[in-house]
Amino acid sequence: MSGWRHDRLGSEIDRERPVRFTFDGQAVDGFAGDTLASALLASGHRVLGRSFKYHRPRGLWGIGAEEPNAVLDLRDGDSFKPNSRATLIALRDGMDARSVNAWPDARRDVFGAMDLLHRFIPAGFYYKTMIRLPWKWYEPMIRRAAGLGRVDGEYAPPADSVHQVAACDVLVIGSGPAGLAAAQAAARRGNTVWLVEDALHLGGALRWRGGEIDGAPWTDFAESARAAVEKAGGRVLTNTTLWGAFDHGAFAAWERGVTDRLWHIRTQRTILAAGAVERPLWFANNDRPGVMSAEAALFYLNCHGVLPGRRILLATAHDRSYPVARALAEAGAEVTIADAREDAPDTGGLDQVTGAQLTAAVGRKSVVAAMLNGRRVACDTILCSGGMTPTVHLWCQVGGKLDWDEGRDMLVPRVGTSDMQVVGAASGTLDLAAALAEGHAAGGNNGPVPRAETGATGGVAIRPDPALPGRQWIDMQNDVTLKDVALAAREGFVSVEHLKRYTTLGMATDQGRTSNFAGLAAMSALTGKSIPETGTTTYRPPFQPVPLTAIAGRYRGDLYHAPRRLALEEAYRAAGARFREYGGWLRPSIYGWGDEAKVAFDEAKAARETVAIFDASPLGKLEAIGPAAAELLDFTGYVRMSTLKSGRARYGFMLSESGIVYDDGVVLRLDDTRFIVSASSSHVDGVRFRMEDARQNRIGRDRVFIHDVTQALVTLTVTGPQSRAVLQEAGIKVPDIPHMGVSETVLDGSALRVARISFTGDMSFELSVPVRAAETLRARLEAARAKLNGRWIGLEALMILRAEKGYILIGKDTDGLSMPHDLGWGGPRDKRADEYLGKRALFTPAANSETRRQLVGLSLPPGAAPLATGSHLIPDSGLRRSLGFVTSSYHSPALGHPIALALLEAGRAKIGQSARVFDNGKLRDALITDPCAFDPKGDRLDG
Amino acid sequence: MQLFPCPFCGPRDETEFHFAVEAGHARPEPATEVSDDDWADYIYTNRSPKGEAREIWIHVTCGEYFILARDTVTRVVHGSEPLPEVAR
Repeated sequence: MSGWRHDRLGSEIDRERPVRFTFDGQAVDGFAGDTLASALLASGHRVLGRSFKYHRPRGLWGIGAEEPNAVLDLRDGDSFKPNSRATLIALRDGMDARSVNAWPDARRDVFGAMDLLHRFIPAGFYYKTMIRLPWKWYEPMIRRAAGLGRVDGEYAPPADSVHQVAACDVLVIGSGPAGLAAAQAAARRGNTVWLVEDALHLGGALRWRGGEIDGAPWTDFAESARAAVEKAGGRVLTNTTLWGAFDHGAFAAWERGVTDRLWHIRTQRTILAAGAVERPLWFANNDRPGVMSAEAALFYLNCHGVLPGRRILLATAHDRSYPVARALAEAGAEVTIADAREDAPDTGGLDQVTGAQLTAAVGRKSVVAAMLNGRRVACDTILCSGGMTPTVHLWCQVGGKLDWDEGRDMLVPRVGTSDMQVVGAASGTLDLAAALAEGHAAGGNNGPVPRAETGATGGVAIRPDPALPGRQWIDMQNDVTLKDVALAAREGFVSVEHLKRYTTLGMATDQGRTSNFAGLAAMSALTGKSIPETGTTTYRPPFQPVPLTAIAGRYRGDLYHAPRRLALEEAYRAAGARFREYGGWLRPSIYGWGDEAKVAFDEAKAARETVAIFDASPLGKLEAIGPAAAELLDFTGYVRMSTLKSGRARYGFMLSESGIVYDDGVVLRLDDTRFIVSASSSHVDGVRFRMEDARQNRIGRDRVFIHDVTQALVTLTVTGPQSRAVLQEAGIKVPDIPHMGVSETVLDGSALRVARISFTGDMSFELSVPVRAAETLRARLEAARAKLNGRWIGLEALMILRAEKGYILIGKDTDGLSMPHDLGWGGPRDKRADEYLGKRALFTPAANSETRRQLVGLSLPPGAAPLATGSHLIPDSGLRRSLGFVTSSYHSPALGHPIALALLEAGRAKIGQSARVFDNGKLRDALITDPCAFDPKGDRLDG
Repeated sequence: MQLFPCPFCGPRDETEFHFAVEAGHARPEPATEVSDDDWADYIYTNRSPKGEAREIWIHVTCGEYFILARDTVTRVVHGSEPLPEVAR
């Protein structure tokens, strides 16, 4: 015998709208308003899964997030959601649910034999086994056996979850009686209240317990609370899990819907009304399908019209369970109450056993009987009521502490250890009238206190009994038994933190909601310590499993760390550019098809033979403007710029205070009070904020201003022997400026800055215009280029050209130890008497060391393969150690043989000698040269 | 997600800010009169207080450095103030 649907009851289902779905390939019928769990319960399917370790058949236990067993892989239309909790899934037509951790399915699982080996696989068995043979023998088996559901490798969930930010005065978590009262009271005071409810409907336990509030059905009260909240400008969210409490009133909530929404809520004040969860009872085989929470049975009966069985044994020691028994009997089940107390209340006609000791469940795939006081009692369902555990997770997440309340047999929030207010069952208050009063007070006491009848709340504490024969389950999802807790105690893992980690009790996806208390109580009994002495573990976000798709939102694929785009990107694509990310920008690597290295080689060759154009916009352009601009740059830069004449440019560095080169770049001086500092495209913010530091903390914020115009200007560079001809052909009148000169002029009604700065070693003109004038400039240059057989070149060709000249890239040809004198720039260190960033660090013993790694060039014979970047330079003989490494390496079109740049210990003194290189396992020799391999005198800079 | 008060822009999410240095460390100058140990101390040694702390942060959004007073254990923020004016 198993679950069945009543013909009338069920306040939340719509019998006019039947719904059909499949479970393990079999068609199952339900109604709109069912959850997957309620429909499965009604259908009589009892075995919903197999336990994690022992593969024991398992069935439905509870109401919501505390459900340990009914975990299913769910296909719903196009979406696939593994490990879904059946109690939290609203049933939809066409859903396909499958049991997990079983083959072929939960009902017929072939691995059920694992249970026969249980003596060999208790908690922590893996610490004592799998030691002999290499781990690689065990790992594949364990990987296959681990986990519950299966991931569908073909399925890629759409990136359609939205992130939304909200602010409110009061956040009320949970819409049971206390939460509704709090929300209403706070809203009536004029607060914006956000009321967040995990379930599909408001009401919490009112939904199945019922009850009148202020003389009317509780649904009226819920509606008036909702109306009050919305009237005051607040919001009511259902089917939304408030899953994380963070600092300074920040919370995260997952709203389930056609597309999910992730809410980032910032609140001034929080009221936690998250309710409480029923505890199980402990007896042999207490994990059999058909063993259920009594509270859950009442929930399924009243909300969905489903009974768990026909012959029901309800085991309890609490008065609260009696209405459950009465309701089930009235609905047509045979009910027997087994009350552990000798002195138990009157049942009003129901069959009752007092002083009842439930010691075992009988049956394998389903309960067929219970052992009660030594006698076998036939039944198909055992409902358990072991007391209530307040849901305090969010309280603990913000650092709130717990107190042991002996009288109420619960761990409750310790008032004063957090700003959060806790009301209702979450603070241990189970009585309806008292919960309403607490919520109302927390909300601000506005208006009269909502009234209800006080219910019966008598009961005694129940504890697991280690003396009982047979295995008693404490944590059903991780298959942890009472014997495992005793094992942990025997082996010395008595602290609750060790117990948790040694046995994995409380570490499953149900987060120990039905097991933490029992584990704690059992350990306390075994060690003879009190519960407060044994302690508790804490809770961390998320409150419940949240899918990563909800957390990632739309930050996936192209939108994850989206690179910056060039203003002229479309034009370059039309010209055949292939794009790649460089320093956070999407830039052309080469133009055209084919092998990238070959195309780049050809582009670099053409650039030196005729003319080439490339986009240099991402290079940082930081304006320093004001009477103290020169003073600022003298401090932040290693090379003095105050001596730079207007209309000229100078190469310099920015050091960190530890003397390491942070960035390099050319500084242009436009006039007495205007400079432009170039920064590497990936370092623009870093350079800017170091300049701001000097400005705000040393120079004076009203004496100089710093302005980042990197993205306001487009820079196109024309380079090569024919560069002047291209500009002439393009009709661009260029002022007569020397190499390292800069001038401002006008073109097509727009400002144009021309700088003769070369990164290629050939005569180059950097043309910078505002973004709106970029296309006009590009079009002019393109027409001229076509006429003169020039080429657009990408970054790969540029890398080759600058390497031929020994021009470095910070972070590629320098590392975290490189100082300016390592790169051949010792002048300012020797000569400057004034203060600048990093100055003192250039005179430490380390900075003065003879064995510092210095920048050198490497040369290989024609026809040789280039060295692999990163190859280590090693001594010719003796102990093999790294003397440095190759930082850049290319085939050089200009020289006809491979070249490289490297950092080498005391390298400059070794120029002319041979270096041994460990190139991907091969030992090779290279000639050490000056870093500049091509046109050392720089004649080509003037065309 | 902490909330920090920029003295110029008001309360903003912590992701808009970047820690700079502990407050109260003066730069030893001139370089010729600073020992190796003093310089290393300046760039590497932090008080790392457990509890009340005064730190310099930058609000990346507006580019301003400022002093933030907070508790490193409880993460309570006590307040913020602009940097003192540069003495001339």
